[in-house]
Amino acid sequence: MSADIAQAVRTPLRRPLDPRALAVPLVVFAALALLPAAAAFGATSYVLSLGARVMIFAIAAISLDLILGYGAMVSFGHAAYLGIGAYAAGILMAEGVDDALLGAGAAIAASGLFALVTGYVSIRTKGVAFIMITLAFGQMAYFVANSLSEYGGSDGLTMASRSTLLGLKLLKNDLTFYYVVLACLAGSYLLCRAVVAARFGRALRAIRENPVRMAAVGYDVERIRLVAYVIAGMIAGLSGFLLANQTEFVSPAYMAWQRSGELIVMVILGGMGSLVGAILGAVAFLMLEETLSHLMEHWKVVFGPLLVLVVLFVRGGLTGLLAGGKRHG
Amino acid sequence: MSTTLFIVQILNGLQLGILLFLVAAGLTLVFGVMDFINLAHGVQYMLGAYLAVAFFGLTGSFAAAVLLALPTALLLGLLLEVLVFRHLYDRDHLDQVLATFGVILFINEAVKIIWGAAPLNVPIPDVLSGSLRLMDGLFYPVYRLAIIAAGLGVAGLLAWLVNGTRVGMLVRAGATNAPMVSALGVDIRRLFMVVFGFGAMLAGFAGVMAAPILSVEPGMGDTLLILAFVVIVIGGIGSIRGAFLAALLVGLVDTLGRSFATDVMKLLVSPSAATNVGPALASMLIYILMAGVLFFRPAGLFPAGGKA
Repeated sequence: MSADIAQAVRTPLRRPLDPRALAVPLVVFAALALLPAAAAFGATSYVLSLGARVMIFAIAAISLDLILGYGAMVSFGHAAYLGIGAYAAGILMAEGVDDALLGAGAAIAASGLFALVTGYVSIRTKGVAFIMITLAFGQMAYFVANSLSEYGGSDGLTMASRSTLLGLKLLKNDLTFYYVVLACLAGSYLLCRAVVAARFGRALRAIRENPVRMAAVGYDVERIRLVAYVIAGMIAGLSGFLLANQTEFVSPAYMAWQRSGELIVMVILGGMGSLVGAILGAVAFLMLEETLSHLMEHWKVVFGPLLVLVVLFVRGGLTGLLAGGKRHG
Repeated sequence: MSTTLFIVQILNGLQLGILLFLVAAGLTLVFGVMDFINLAHGVQYMLGAYLAVAFFGLTGSFAAAVLLALPTALLLGLLLEVLVFRHLYDRDHLDQVLATFGVILFINEAVKIIWGAAPLNVPIPDVLSGSLRLMDGLFYPVYRLAIIAAGLGVAGLLAWLVNGTRVGMLVRAGATNAPMVSALGVDIRRLFMVVFGFGAMLAGFAGVMAAPILSVEPGMGDTLLILAFVVIVIGGIGSIRGAFLAALLVGLVDTLGRSFATDVMKLLVSPSAATNVGPALASMLIYILMAGVLFFRPAGLFPAGGKA
């Protein structure tokens, strides 16, 4: 029995690719790439900045899906990485370092380090304990950000401008920024896909199904979990860096637990364990928020019940809906 | 730090702990018995406070407001149970988190529509106003003492209900092994409903009691909810005794931390660094406590029997 599993994890899947599984991501990315062209006829900068914002949160949602959907690690503190990435950008800028590559590198390194330290402790717990311990670390990061009085404290930190790329103010242009974010989204998506498809990813999923057996077969369950957790933290840190650059503002509110909750909502709304679902979830969540809040002041009275209805009647989120209502994963 | 200040802060900590216990008691039972993560439990606390405001406005009497708010909170809790929550008991935790998150958004916003976003207030009832002289130079507001007394009374009542009655026995059994209780012929759905309604009423009671000393505003339940989760995780899920002790612990640690962390830090680092680090450390203390407990005793300090 155990040998079967070890075998299944080791040999790559040779089944033919389901065209629909490939079609959804292609359509999504094509739509995102073409959005600026469509926007040329309308309110350009509004559409561009909304699109960039959606994609930034999609990056964070993808990274959460990697550990939540594939590793069954329900992190309730994922917004901390968004915040750490954003603060890395903001603090470097305040100290006079405004190169985007340095900033992004620092953001990714800082969140990776935070993920390594907190993950080392967290992954030793299971189930609800994991949810609460990640929440605890998220809250700690939140309160640390609040106490950074040199960098704005609880008021947040306004950035002088966006980061520069090779000394040029390329990101200042909304169209360039949009495509930079799109490239980051595509990169994160492809990276996560590669991780999931690799032997490592199959081991991760096998651990999700049965950690005891995987440990018995000889896999280092905790190390595999920790590596996935760190990868997810680093990608979320990148999205935080982009978020800070888009809004040119950094605030502890990026790390509030409600944000972590929203990220979980995006992943489940889109359908977890499919990566592209996380993108769809972020798009649906933020577009609904945007549309409803334009229509009425008290849009949450509609949005809240809508979430409840989705849970009650749409199994497997949006990707589940696309796949014909069958439960995903 | 003077002794009087220290005693006052201990009393403040107890009072926060009592409020936390009232909210956490329902949360831990719902979680322990039904395995249901109810993020919307903090909303019940907020509703309690708003109901106190509304009924005080109608009747002009705090006692009447309490008597009217409690059954209304119970009814609203049961209504939510019938409409939404009972359809979620068989779902996994993530579905529950998502749906109850939606409920929070809805009720917070509905409260904003009905009562406005501005903070509201209920005056402290005349009988309980003023301060009591506890010792030389130490005065403490009567109303806060009343909260502590009322909370201890409810805790006693709960202890009797859980340990001394048949329903309580079923609840304890349910927290240990719900499927087994169901298999023995108990209508577990009805038990769930009783537990849920009772928990909602307790949280509502906490809201009513808090209304005269805190500002009543939308979202006031969210912060308390997270604290209540910290409490039940530290105390052990499903354990009323654990919730009680952990609530007092969290209340004391948080309050004393906020008052004295800066002073303590001044002994270790420079004063300016201490004023910076102190408040952050104080806010973090309970989370550090929770992370420590989870790491060394994942089932909490006082787990409900039988559950690992």
